[in-house]
Amino acid sequence: MTEIPREEFVLKCTSACAGCPSSLALRYVLKAAGHDTVLVVPACCTSVIQGIFPFTSLNVTVYNIAFAAAAACASGMSEAFRKAGKKTSVIVYAGDGGTVDIGLQGLSAALEREEDFLYVCYDNEAYSNTGMQRSGATPYGARTTTTPAGKTHPKKDLDGIVAAHNPPYMATTCVAYPQDVFRKVQKALSIRGPSFIHLLAPCPTSWRFSPDLTIEMGKRAIRSGMWILYEREFGKVTINSVSKAALKNPLPLEDYLSPQGRFSGIGQREKDILISQARKMAKRLIHEEEGVC
Amino acid sequence: MLTIATGNKAVAAAVKELRPAVIAAYPITPQTEIVEQIAAWVAAGELDSSYIPVESEHSAMAACIGASVTGARTFTATSSQGLAYMHEMVNWAAGARLPIVMANVNRALAPGWNIWAEHTDAFQERDTGWLQVYVGTVQEAYDTVVMAYRIAEHEEVLLPVMVNLDGFLLSHSTQSLETDSPGDFVPPFRLPHAIDVAHPAGYGTLTGPDDYFRFRWDIERSMRNSSRVIRETEQDFSRRFGRTYAPVEEYRADDADVVVIAVGTLGKEAEVAVDLLRREGIRAGSLRIRWFRPFPDLDLSGRELVVIDRDYSFGFSGILAGSLRARTRADPYSVIAGLGGQEVTYDDIAGFVRGREPGRELWFGVDRNV
Amino acid sequence: MYEIRIHSRGGEGGVTAARLLALAAFRDGKYATACPLYGAERRGAPVVSYVRIDDHPIRIYSQIRNPDLVVVLDTGVMEAVDVLHGLKPGGWVLINAPKAEEIPGHRSYPVDLTGIALSLGLVIAGSPVLDTPVLGALAKMGIISLESAKAAITEMFSDERNVRAAEAAYQELLP
Repeated sequence: MTEIPREEFVLKCTSACAGCPSSLALRYVLKAAGHDTVLVVPACCTSVIQGIFPFTSLNVTVYNIAFAAAAACASGMSEAFRKAGKKTSVIVYAGDGGTVDIGLQGLSAALEREEDFLYVCYDNEAYSNTGMQRSGATPYGARTTTTPAGKTHPKKDLDGIVAAHNPPYMATTCVAYPQDVFRKVQKALSIRGPSFIHLLAPCPTSWRFSPDLTIEMGKRAIRSGMWILYEREFGKVTINSVSKAALKNPLPLEDYLSPQGRFSGIGQREKDILISQARKMAKRLIHEEEGVC
Repeated sequence: MLTIATGNKAVAAAVKELRPAVIAAYPITPQTEIVEQIAAWVAAGELDSSYIPVESEHSAMAACIGASVTGARTFTATSSQGLAYMHEMVNWAAGARLPIVMANVNRALAPGWNIWAEHTDAFQERDTGWLQVYVGTVQEAYDTVVMAYRIAEHEEVLLPVMVNLDGFLLSHSTQSLETDSPGDFVPPFRLPHAIDVAHPAGYGTLTGPDDYFRFRWDIERSMRNSSRVIRETEQDFSRRFGRTYAPVEEYRADDADVVVIAVGTLGKEAEVAVDLLRREGIRAGSLRIRWFRPFPDLDLSGRELVVIDRDYSFGFSGILAGSLRARTRADPYSVIAGLGGQEVTYDDIAGFVRGREPGRELWFGVDRNV
Repeated sequence: MYEIRIHSRGGEGGVTAARLLALAAFRDGKYATACPLYGAERRGAPVVSYVRIDDHPIRIYSQIRNPDLVVVLDTGVMEAVDVLHGLKPGGWVLINAPKAEEIPGHRSYPVDLTGIALSLGLVIAGSPVLDTPVLGALAKMGIISLESAKAAITEMFSDERNVRAAEAAYQELLP
């Protein structure tokens, strides 16, 4: 098992909500990245959890930037560091809104240009920072303040979109598996060119579950097959063992949905749609891993 | 080297001399030649810049911001729709105190699609904290880009500069150009607040009203400082290269009873109108506003003013006329002319002066005395 | 000030001809500006370019209303455009044609620029190159010196056939 450094870059003074998954995941992202790092943060929860000027709760350099601008800003920064002969890691840490919605154009362009930085999308499946409005990453049936009767469109296939750009390294991960987060960030940073990590961040505030269940919800997401841990390295897909096991013998969907207030009152039809989408995704990944696709 | 060039080529040539580490730009008519020329030089190894062919103007400015904050010199260029699309990041660049230099080739905003000269695109950005300068010749485009870097990067300024040139009229006009090497006229770029990973810091974090207010005041203070830095830079430029510029270019204005005020190529064309009027016995002069931000101090007392705006702020007035009214208590004859590339000749300008009606507004060719 | 209006079709080199002419005038020690009148033109559409030459710096950016000389690189545009519009009384017309009809009140100079380009194999993307031979014709008319015309061409183009094309037009044009 990889030794995770004891040094902390997320200090004990964030203004994050209780049970916040994104600040917890950021701990491991930064432990993997180390000192020689600039974190580029578009408008998202992480803009807030740093605290208020002149203080900051993060012990690495953070460049805050406008909502749609993270990937382009990181492109310029990375190019400038390379031009100056510096090896500084540039990591975008963006929510799902800044990635699947308003920031998608800039992300796509940076991937196409093969810019040398890591883009981490921590996905809490809504605009949680501004009080739980729907995003393109909100799953089918979930209630948000802008889908009060449940979302009537499926979650956008962000990974499919990113994969279409053929980045040298992309992976999914989840805050419930810190060693997985750590290992994948290290691997991503060791590869030259664009890399992308999609991190599931179960958010007690907007998913409406008890803040002590963040890790448990992450585990259930994987065990139910609703979130699959895998890597795509130079086009080769590897489903990680925890997901492999889960897909063979998945936890009932109900175990994942029922603690979440956002799915309260969800009907069987919506559940069937969620299950069929998850199965379709699993099938595609298994085929890709076997080279069948 | 003495040669000929278009306004666009002159901008690119000046950028080449300043060797920005990172150039990020998106092509748009009529700015395209700037981007193409820079891309060609980078590809040929004649310009050692990292050229980022971004997918939008919003990203162009975002990339310049990301590069600039590392301490890298940057450049971008745009026009009209591109500048409007970039607007959010235009604000960001100034607020982040990054001395990015941008060329904007002035063009009308749609709809309908119109690719010709107008100043509304840049005037709309006047409140963003950028210094704005408008040039009138190919040589001035080159010289002003060179000076823009020195002014922007000056430790008492540290604000971005937008160099404006009229679409097609200047961007595509060929004139003679002296491409002096700036030498040490522009010192190496050093950004005091550049990222230093050994000393981690949070840039642009949540900021409360008191600190935010202070940062805004800092921008204004630097903007005021920039007036002096601009004068010093223009004077030093004149000493070194023999070409003289001022925040406001005066032409036969000393003893003038009536003064035409305009921006860009219209300001040059006005000089020809002044000669024409003088021959008729009208004591006319002209002022061409080069630096629109910071807005120049003008003493116009005792003269009649004819202000030509190639722009408009709907529901208010011509933007230049409105600015002059606010800063000088003058009551000019305000002429709105040249929108969307409308042809305005020196004969037309002379006509504005002959038919002037102080306090009135004329939409040239559309309506008399609105 | 001497004002020239050049009529051509997009892709025929009218814009480049204007730039070359300005450069040659500049090499003669004059001030010059060249400005194309841009529409949203594409290949084949009629294009107008302006050149001003003077002993003093030129401050005029508006279009030329009353040219001293009109250059027609493509007689086809004459069906769509009144190329003589605003031409000064006694003003000259240079036409790319083996011979030209009389134009009352004006002096016309025919020269077969297309033939010269084709004879030298100066063809780019299927179109004969007209922008360099026309400089030779303009030199013969005394607008610029032949020496500066050739210098301008050499500055902008490496293929020396362009210089020969200008020389050929210089020889062919009847003064």
